[in-house]
Amino acid sequence: MESIRSFSDIRQLIEGKNASCEDIVLFYLKKIEENRHLNAFLEVFSEESLQRARIIDQKIQQGKAGRLAGMVVGIKDVFCLKDHKIQAASKILEGFVSQFTATALQRLLDEDAIIIGRLNCDEFAMGSSNENSAYGPVLNAADNSRVPGGSSGGSAVAVQAGLCTVALGSDTGGSIRQPAAFCDVVGIKPTYSRVSRYGLLAYASSFDCVGVFSSNIEDNALVLEIMAGADEYDSTVSRSEVPAYSKNLLWNGPAKVAYVKELLDGDGVQEDIKQNLSSSLQMLKEAGHEVIPVSFPLLKYALPTYYILITAESSSNLSRYDGVKYGYRTRDAKGILDMYKKTRTQAFGEEVRRRIMLGTFVLSASYYDAFYTKAQKVRNLIRAEAIKILTEHDFLLMPVTPTTAFKLGEHNKNPLEMYLADLFTVQASVAGIPAISVPNGYDANNLPIGLQIIANYFEEEQLYQFANTYFSRS
Amino acid sequence: MQIDKETLRKIAHLARLEIQPQDEGPMINDLNNILTWVEQLNEVNTEGVEPLTNMSLEENAFREDEVKDHIVREDALKNAPDQDGTYFRVPKFLGNSSS
Repeated sequence: MESIRSFSDIRQLIEGKNASCEDIVLFYLKKIEENRHLNAFLEVFSEESLQRARIIDQKIQQGKAGRLAGMVVGIKDVFCLKDHKIQAASKILEGFVSQFTATALQRLLDEDAIIIGRLNCDEFAMGSSNENSAYGPVLNAADNSRVPGGSSGGSAVAVQAGLCTVALGSDTGGSIRQPAAFCDVVGIKPTYSRVSRYGLLAYASSFDCVGVFSSNIEDNALVLEIMAGADEYDSTVSRSEVPAYSKNLLWNGPAKVAYVKELLDGDGVQEDIKQNLSSSLQMLKEAGHEVIPVSFPLLKYALPTYYILITAESSSNLSRYDGVKYGYRTRDAKGILDMYKKTRTQAFGEEVRRRIMLGTFVLSASYYDAFYTKAQKVRNLIRAEAIKILTEHDFLLMPVTPTTAFKLGEHNKNPLEMYLADLFTVQASVAGIPAISVPNGYDANNLPIGLQIIANYFEEEQLYQFANTYFSRS
Repeated sequence: MQIDKETLRKIAHLARLEIQPQDEGPMINDLNNILTWVEQLNEVNTEGVEPLTNMSLEENAFREDEVKDHIVREDALKNAPDQDGTYFRVPKFLGNSSS
């Protein structure tokens, strides 16, 4: 086995009796070992995944194997897997062991996927470069001096470097799409509420989405269709039916494709990325689609809206980490209040503390209306504007990122500078609509460029079809 | 809006965080930069606009109220930094006036 890029490679090997699941896992374990310097994995479940592979090999022989038999999955360190550690790359969850399994993971396990390990990320998924992990940054496999993006940096790199077949991530404001673009892989953020959040560590609950990294559209579609749908453990999850995304991946007929004219005219976006988008629009025009410039005046307000709301929600969600029931507790406390404060101050990283402070401020009585309520109102307007565009058009095409992957240490001195990395991904998060990042070429330095395709609520099927038909490398 | 030292200390207390004296300046600076930047939302006219408070389109997800097995006590205590087999243990707080 020289290389495995996709699940169909694995299926061919298994069906042709050229490899067993155990061979596949051994292949990936070797690749993980060879790529330790990338720091993508926080923990590798070596023995356990081999054991599980042998059980699945027996099932295959008996003709009883599930739809994901042979698929090897890496999970961002924010998903609960029973009897396994989960830390969100934070010291505050040191030693914590999950007591149940996330619904999204359980559904993959039920179809005989093999989970190979926990992947590095920004602490509590807060960051755009994976430099906020308590366990060190992840390196971009395309250029080790550059970041993989964040917060799901480990997931993106694990797929980029071929360390697993697919990886799970979470996307709150771009945490799947931005690293997917930096690392030349496919990443989807589905519609808010499409996948159960049960067992996903909470960051900003009105934004958090479970999504998938893969090397191609087909694998992405298959994994999402298995994970998505009603779940009695999450009352917010959508109960609407989940289409079999992977069954029909071809787009037919002319589409109405919108793009935001100001983005191509204005500054602040790397020239290579603008050209990349322009040539994609040209290609679609030549393929017979209607390509239409639209105006999105509220676009620039999405990022500040996002930062007010997510800091507020995270300050509330992260209040549970107090050193009482689980995780890290300080050793030198005088009384309980001191214990809370020292525990949280010692174990949360700088960016997490900054966001908790900001969130506590915007939720405090005197400023609640001026900041928090105001942002909720603007969110309503941004959502309405996005939905209007996507009601009149099939898709909205945008860059994923203003630049290609930046250098380690380039933006981590000034938090605002780092926040701008999410400039083009937060709109879909603020509106709750689905968006996919697909690999779409390289810049002058040979660094990957992603393209973002956004659709209306619950139109993942259309996204996959369009992306697969026009932006697939295979 | 500008955060000063007094506001910073108040917020840190509410957030159950400690800011070391040497970190107060940089934290105030970061927070004020971010707040100044988010204040651009004031340019947007939101008169008569309802705040968006629920992103899920689902309403009233009912289920039967059934008795099920929940986590047993030993498991619930397993992740605790300090416990006595029945309860979580915390430092003494009765009679502590600082809270």
